[in-house]
Amino acid sequence: MATLTLSGIRKSFGATTVLHGIDLDIAEGEMVVIVGASGCGKSTLLRITAGLETPTAGTVRIGGRDVTPLEPADRDIALVFQNYALYPHMTVFDNMAYGLKIRRMPREEIRRRVEEAATLLGIAPLLHRRPRELSGGQRQRVAMGRAIVREPKLFLFDEPLSNLDAKLRVQMRAEIRRLQRRLGVTSLFVTHDQVEAMTLGDRLVVMNQGRAAQVATPMEIFANPADTYVAGFIGSPTMNLLRATLAEGGGAATLAAGGSIPLDRPRPGPAGRALVVGIRPEHVTLGGSLPMAVELVEPLGSETVLHGTLPGGEAMTVRVQGPAPAHGGTLPVSLVEPLHIFDAETGRRL
Amino acid sequence: MRKNVIFRGKLLPLLLLSPQLAITIVFFFWPAGQAIWSSLLREDAFGLSRQFVGLENFAEVLADPTWRGAAGNTAIFAFSVAILAISAALLLAVQADKSIRGSGAYKTLLIWPYAVAPAIAAVLWLFLFHPQIGLIGRALNAAQIAWDYRLNGGQAMLLVIIASAWKQVSYNFIFFLAGLQSIPRSVLEAAAIDGARPMRRFWTVVFPLLSPTTFFLLTVNLVYAFFDTFGVIHALTQGGPAKATETLIYKVYVDGVENLNLGASAAQSVILMAIVIAMTAVQFRFIERKVHY
Repeated sequence: MATLTLSGIRKSFGATTVLHGIDLDIAEGEMVVIVGASGCGKSTLLRITAGLETPTAGTVRIGGRDVTPLEPADRDIALVFQNYALYPHMTVFDNMAYGLKIRRMPREEIRRRVEEAATLLGIAPLLHRRPRELSGGQRQRVAMGRAIVREPKLFLFDEPLSNLDAKLRVQMRAEIRRLQRRLGVTSLFVTHDQVEAMTLGDRLVVMNQGRAAQVATPMEIFANPADTYVAGFIGSPTMNLLRATLAEGGGAATLAAGGSIPLDRPRPGPAGRALVVGIRPEHVTLGGSLPMAVELVEPLGSETVLHGTLPGGEAMTVRVQGPAPAHGGTLPVSLVEPLHIFDAETGRRL
Repeated sequence: MRKNVIFRGKLLPLLLLSPQLAITIVFFFWPAGQAIWSSLLREDAFGLSRQFVGLENFAEVLADPTWRGAAGNTAIFAFSVAILAISAALLLAVQADKSIRGSGAYKTLLIWPYAVAPAIAAVLWLFLFHPQIGLIGRALNAAQIAWDYRLNGGQAMLLVIIASAWKQVSYNFIFFLAGLQSIPRSVLEAAAIDGARPMRRFWTVVFPLLSPTTFFLLTVNLVYAFFDTFGVIHALTQGGPAKATETLIYKVYVDGVENLNLGASAAQSVILMAIVIAMTAVQFRFIERKVHY
């Protein structure tokens, strides 16, 4: 167990810069999830932490020690790969024992640790099998086991659940969380799945094009997204983002779709300042002055998601409890709160 | 995704197989049958008379000390060629698999020797190792090492081994390179994170994962050394000095073509045929059972 500090991590491949200076502090025992669309640099950041890539600039500190120039072997970390990366020619036991044998641990100690981890993960009966004789979920457990027997200072997870089917993914997600809490190992988890991120992380790092758009707790990110990218990325269905302008005095916004809505507090700037007004589908209320042309109704059982367009042609999603309300192709809606107000040019929250 | 087509009659499948069957029959079964038949006969050198002698030719060949000498030479020669060619190719493939500048050119160049005919390859080595005109041969003699493969049997054996192995390195190289590239990167990265240094990674992960390839190549190289090295030996040493480099295949040629002892020569080639069939059978059984992971 240790802290992890990344400071000013930059990475360029030739002329392309994939990481533009990332700073991150992870406390002892904390689980931080890096989430972002593919190509945002999240895996590169993880690989730099592991020592599989060298940063162009910046330092990696584990437990206060600068490990930037060190090989992966000398960093005392464990990494769970997306494709598990088990040694195909070794049994499950040998897969888990490999790192311990290299460290010249006594045989008895190796046996004890591997059996303990296998029991913890429910793979004790599989110790003599080869990876090809295992199912996806079992391989995933072996990969986890290989990480935990080493008792490393830091766990790294590189999208470990994305090769599993939906049901198993939910199950393993909960299991990883329980295990991480129980072992109390500082962890960095990379995923592109926002649900995984929200459920697993003590804190999230939302990455966008090589920059950390926001670093905060899941609920903080959900409640107060730092910019329009984060607002659109976290939450499902995604937040509605509507064009608007600031009214005289800053106390209200005029929607491009028509109508004016009062703001919870005045925003600075001249009248006519371009804004983006965000509202989550579950916060849109039915009845009001905004006519939404309904195009698609998705009944999900306990709730219904309605997709449509507003008079200006902007897309709008509404989530309501229970079955779809009766409508004649058009449904009046209103935006009350909570509203998220962003600057239209920078995308930053106002 | 395998699609099995079921034919209704027998005519069409036989028709489709017939070109391959014809080639196999004309170029393999017929000459092999001829060899087996000849091995049971005793024929005079001019082909005027022949007499059925049963297995007498075999008994004579197996009792012949020169044949046993050739068999010993072949064992030394074949295993040395196989081990040398496999280890050199593995070393080169591991180096070429690293991400280095110009690795594409390096890989292409390493494949070239395979396109060189055995006799030409032998002449290239002759020009290097000839004691009077060879670059290395002269250098060795200048360094007070008495190098003359025409007089020293051990040196002659060394030379034919090197020349034969050199030709096979390219072939092995291609297989090893393909094998190395099929090992997932993440498995090697996992080993690195588990704390294994490059040498240890190679011996505990890469080499075991290459073992099916290695075993396949061992068989192919042994068969090559047994049968396809006639040209190299003929151009370099003609089996000499004093039969020091006479392998079984070379002896078949000497007895059959030079000494015109057709029965004995045929018996020897039948024995060779049995050896290669046995080796191939072992290879297939073994590779299906043990070496796979």
